[in-house]
Amino acid sequence: MISLHLPALQVVVPLISAPLCVLLRRGFGAWLLATVIAWTAFAISLALLAQVLSDGALSYKMGGWAAPWGIEYRIDRLNAFMLVIVAGIGALVMPCAYHSVAREIAPERQHLFYAAFMLALTGLLGIVITGDVFNLYVFLEITSLASYTLVALGADRRALRASFQYLVLGTIGATFILIGIGLLYMVTGTLNMADLAARIPALQELRPVRAAFAFIVVGAGLKLALFPLHLWLPNAYTYAPSVVSAFLAATATKVGVYVLMRFIFTVFGARFAFEMMPLGEILMVLGLLAVMVGSLVAVFQTNVKRMLAYSSIAQIGYMALGISFASVNGLVAGIVHLFNHAAMKGALFLALACVFYRLGSVELDAMRGLGRRMPLTMATFVAAGMSLVGVPLTVGFISKWYLVVAAIESGLWPVAVIVLVASLLALVYIWRVVEVAYFREPDGDAPEVTEAPAAMLVPTMALAAACIYFGIDTELTVGVATEAALSLLEGGP
Amino acid sequence: MSAATVLLLAPLTPLAGAVLMWLSRRRPNVREAVTLATAVVLFGLVASLYPEVAAGGRPKTEFGELLPGLVLAFEVEPLGMLFALVSSFLWIVTSLYSIGYMRGNNEAHQTRFYIYFALALAATVGIAFAANLLTLFVFYEALTIATYPLVAHHGTEEARAGGRTYLGILLGTSIGFFLLAVIVTWNVAGTLEFSPGGILAGKAPPWLVGVLLALYVFGIGKAAVMPFHRWLPAAMVAPVPVSALLHAVAVVKAGVFSVVKVVVYVFGLDLLAASPSPEWLVYVAGFTVIAASLIALRQNNLKLLLAYSTVSQLSYVILAAGLLSPLALVGAVLHIGAHALGKITLFFAAGSIYTAAHKTEVSQLDGIGRRMPWTMGAFAIGALSMIGLPPTAGFVSKWYMLLGALQVGNMVAVAIIIVSTLLNAAYFLPIVYAAFFKPEANPPAEPGPAHGRGRVALHGEGGDAPPPIVIALTVTATLTVLLFLFPGAALELAGQLVEKTR
Repeated sequence: MISLHLPALQVVVPLISAPLCVLLRRGFGAWLLATVIAWTAFAISLALLAQVLSDGALSYKMGGWAAPWGIEYRIDRLNAFMLVIVAGIGALVMPCAYHSVAREIAPERQHLFYAAFMLALTGLLGIVITGDVFNLYVFLEITSLASYTLVALGADRRALRASFQYLVLGTIGATFILIGIGLLYMVTGTLNMADLAARIPALQELRPVRAAFAFIVVGAGLKLALFPLHLWLPNAYTYAPSVVSAFLAATATKVGVYVLMRFIFTVFGARFAFEMMPLGEILMVLGLLAVMVGSLVAVFQTNVKRMLAYSSIAQIGYMALGISFASVNGLVAGIVHLFNHAAMKGALFLALACVFYRLGSVELDAMRGLGRRMPLTMATFVAAGMSLVGVPLTVGFISKWYLVVAAIESGLWPVAVIVLVASLLALVYIWRVVEVAYFREPDGDAPEVTEAPAAMLVPTMALAAACIYFGIDTELTVGVATEAALSLLEGGP
Repeated sequence: MSAATVLLLAPLTPLAGAVLMWLSRRRPNVREAVTLATAVVLFGLVASLYPEVAAGGRPKTEFGELLPGLVLAFEVEPLGMLFALVSSFLWIVTSLYSIGYMRGNNEAHQTRFYIYFALALAATVGIAFAANLLTLFVFYEALTIATYPLVAHHGTEEARAGGRTYLGILLGTSIGFFLLAVIVTWNVAGTLEFSPGGILAGKAPPWLVGVLLALYVFGIGKAAVMPFHRWLPAAMVAPVPVSALLHAVAVVKAGVFSVVKVVVYVFGLDLLAASPSPEWLVYVAGFTVIAASLIALRQNNLKLLLAYSTVSQLSYVILAAGLLSPLALVGAVLHIGAHALGKITLFFAAGSIYTAAHKTEVSQLDGIGRRMPWTMGAFAIGALSMIGLPPTAGFVSKWYMLLGALQVGNMVAVAIIIVSTLLNAAYFLPIVYAAFFKPEANPPAEPGPAHGRGRVALHGEGGDAPPPIVIALTVTATLTVLLFLFPGAALELAGQLVEKTR
């Protein structure tokens, strides 16, 4: 019985927990509830993925109302995979949150933090699971508003400014998406993705449809921080509380990429997007610029969190590039990188959360000799960092392999070269940290620090282990990504 | 034990050794016993494969599938056998030497040193046994990363800068060119399997063959073909055992080994011979041979001189492979072994001089042969092998290379080999002469530097280095001569390689 309603529970369970967190009024109680809920959501997402892998796509009518009037949740391989990524990162971040939040956020605000965190999780899961474009917009706003709050809770006063910047640009993005959806509704009279997909091909010559496409691509571009719409991201990630950076970096932008893919391939269809509209060229140019500029700027940062933020912009560029080929291998690269990047960035930001917990700083200078003082944390950082560079037997290598294969297949040698050169830039910025942590002696007055508490360390190491495990055993990730890519290219949800 | 099991155990042995070394980190004696034992076990495993390979067998095993169609697998063929034998045997000798050197110089972070050394050897064995380009690439990258902590070992500004250059060039070339070449090969040929006769024949247009060859030769930066050779001199900031085993044998030979393997098993000699301009490879390698020798001629630091000499000697192998003649290929294979023995002897000698007399510059070596007869005797043998004179192994390999060059009538290659021989003589013989025949400039009046702990107690003033060091360099020098007298096994393996490819 309950298994029939898993799609609804996936969203409703974290949603209900948010007000409960507020009612609990105690940091510890709220944390405990949020952790239990996050793991429950993870379990639900795994069950859904198993169900989809064995029975194919499933459809769920919210409240029993049929599609054109009610809201349909539609789960195929792509969003089942995304649900696992989002819920999995949420579940791994929560155990770390207790210590990290206790250190970074005032006690009277801690329960509010967990409430906002649950709302953000709800929103992300909702965006991914829904098959209704207006519902998608609603969840997008839920997650955005919750994220602005989470960023603003950062200990540094500059977090407020970062949050405001994020709010302004995020709102513009959401508004663009809403305008796009409105135009589509005007022309087609439906908000259901499947119905939209059926009606758009006949109407694709109409100007409102094209305008809707443009609005939605730009809006989604803002949400996923596609260069040059990334300006909100570096400050937001740098000044947000450590666990928030980890959670948002690993999930929020990925969900943005998912939204873009969903609209391009499912709603509008690959033919419209790549043949009638010049989306392929645009995404390729912007993706390449993101990869180069993001990596280059990352090289010159002295705050490691900010460095990783710029690295995220570059990595998002890889995903955009993967989409731009509109080929199976390109899409596999994009989809598999959603997972891979979530694992490695999650591990890197959580490792920084551990560092911040002990040192109170993530400046490069403060990390001198840390390899000796926090060996496990730094080993995790190195493992995930290697993955970012794309060393073989890590997940990064798999993403890069597909991306380069896709580029060569399309005869785009220069693109292949740029992808590889950019991974060398990743080597440069990761290695700056490695060198400082392992081959520099700390100052005389450096505080004596020890390893971070186990509750923080274990999830961090689990994510880094995932970076290596899924770099060797790629059956699940590449298998799901390949089937998802094939069904996206065929069109239809 | 089946050959497949041995194949898997070989790279796992140093890994297990590394764990044991970490566990015994508080007890240096146990830790170093573990190092030696691991090295002996590894050599035993590798050597146990020899009879089967020499009889024409090709033991193989598969141990993972990274992506559909892309497997990780080992397969031993003659070239890999030779490379694995040489590296694993020299690891035993180097372990012995390391004990003397690291203790004699009171080096810090010794556990880290031994652990990464073991990891580097695991990667080396993986490269030697790789059955396809993907496996080769995986272990190639692993070797770079495992050796980085050894290069940056001292943690000084100089060591960190050296480490940056090392990692930057090696990973830069491998990711920028090598990986690209591998992916293009996969795209064109649909397989990455090493197979006699190559996998690209009939699948790649001539222009692509040329591009791929360039991507491979420059992408395999460990072969140190100019202009991607800077990492090797930069790596000289490492402790001497690292320079000796890794930067004269394991890492650099992994480079030329990979190039030869790609030439033989990915392109195939016939395909290259038929492609429009394989000549350039000979010129590029020839240029490196001569230019590196000229630079070596101007070095005063002994280790840097040896490093540039290595750059030059490595390109002999590339040049010989580029001649695409069977005899030259035999020379190339032999030179992998011959240069390994000779150069490790020279590095051992350099480290011995540093440990016992604290001298690093060529100009300080006047008369040192009388104080350190074993060390400088071994140095002389190593130097002869570099020049390619009898009775050393270098003569045999150079002989075959010259024969190969004459066989295909490439007079440019002949000239390069001869000029380079003269240059080698010009920078090695004066050192040997000065060490034995010039008077010592300022003989030490009091016991040597304080940190010669074991040495001062054992040998007193003016003696040779500690026994482990002397034993190690004597063994490698002896082997250099023995390989000249009995090149049978190496020739057998090289002969098989050539036979199977035509």
